[in-house]
Amino acid sequence: MRVRILVSLKDSVLDPQGQTVKNALHTLGYGSIKDVRQGKVFELELEGISEKEAEKIIPEISDKVLANPIIEKFSWQILEKG
Amino acid sequence: MAKLKFGVVIFPGSNCDYDTYYALKDVCQQETTFLWHKEHDLKNVDCVILPGGFSYGDYLRSGSIAAFSPLMQEVKEFALKGGMVLGICNGFQVLLELGLLPGAMLRNKNLKFLCQFVHIRVENDKTPFSHRAKKGQILKIPIAHFDGNYFAPPETIQEIKDNNQIVFRYSNAEGQINEESNVNGSAESIAGLINKAGNVMGMMPHPERASELLLSSEEGRVIFESIITKLG
Repeated sequence: MRVRILVSLKDSVLDPQGQTVKNALHTLGYGSIKDVRQGKVFELELEGISEKEAEKIIPEISDKVLANPIIEKFSWQILEKG
Repeated sequence: MAKLKFGVVIFPGSNCDYDTYYALKDVCQQETTFLWHKEHDLKNVDCVILPGGFSYGDYLRSGSIAAFSPLMQEVKEFALKGGMVLGICNGFQVLLELGLLPGAMLRNKNLKFLCQFVHIRVENDKTPFSHRAKKGQILKIPIAHFDGNYFAPPETIQEIKDNNQIVFRYSNAEGQINEESNVNGSAESIAGLINKAGNVMGMMPHPERASELLLSSEEGRVIFESIITKLG
């Protein structure tokens, strides 16, 4: 099973890196870019567990390790079943 | 005064471990030992210092992987029993990731690695880490970090203020606190923060780099001297 987890700063936390990327895009003429939020992507390969078990451990490890819940939020999706 | 035993933790990527060891052992004349991150033994030290550096290359988040190391589980237990722990720079980040101090670090507001002398104002001189200084005193101590922009949600900030947990704030040389003196953008200009119980402190400035005049400032030594007179 392959799972993709996205971690990014919470909406309430200022993202200066995203802002800088946005400004660069504006400089290049892409004025329609209203906002940029930067984040991290994790792709995990899992084996020997069911989808149900994966649904339990993915939020667990995201909360404990991959994201810092004080400043970050996460979302995830299963890319490949099996 | 009785001699104390300090333990300086080494993670892969620590780079202020020897400076901190030197400041404690040679400048302050205290028994000092290194503690390796993979061990489980705190070697009966009286105070644990988490030095600056880039533990685990700052992978994932600054200080995050170090917080999971075997030794840090011992340090956590030691701290929860009232043992004194000081985290400097990356050590502060480790303490935040470990949950021994509230909040988190964001990238500096100007997105630059800041390596310079700063001034910090003593806000609380009643802690074991600052009692040899005077409230309002200005200390000149260097910083060197990328992620020192302290953040906590509003309710946590309120709690920190209510409990007088802010030990140091970034200021200018005259002791004024404003946006310009707050070099990294920290909430409340926080440069040093203590836990509610008063035995765990984190600070971004490096007192070990300002521990003798040869280094152009000895104003950081008051922090080590506070610990020594408190425990000694």
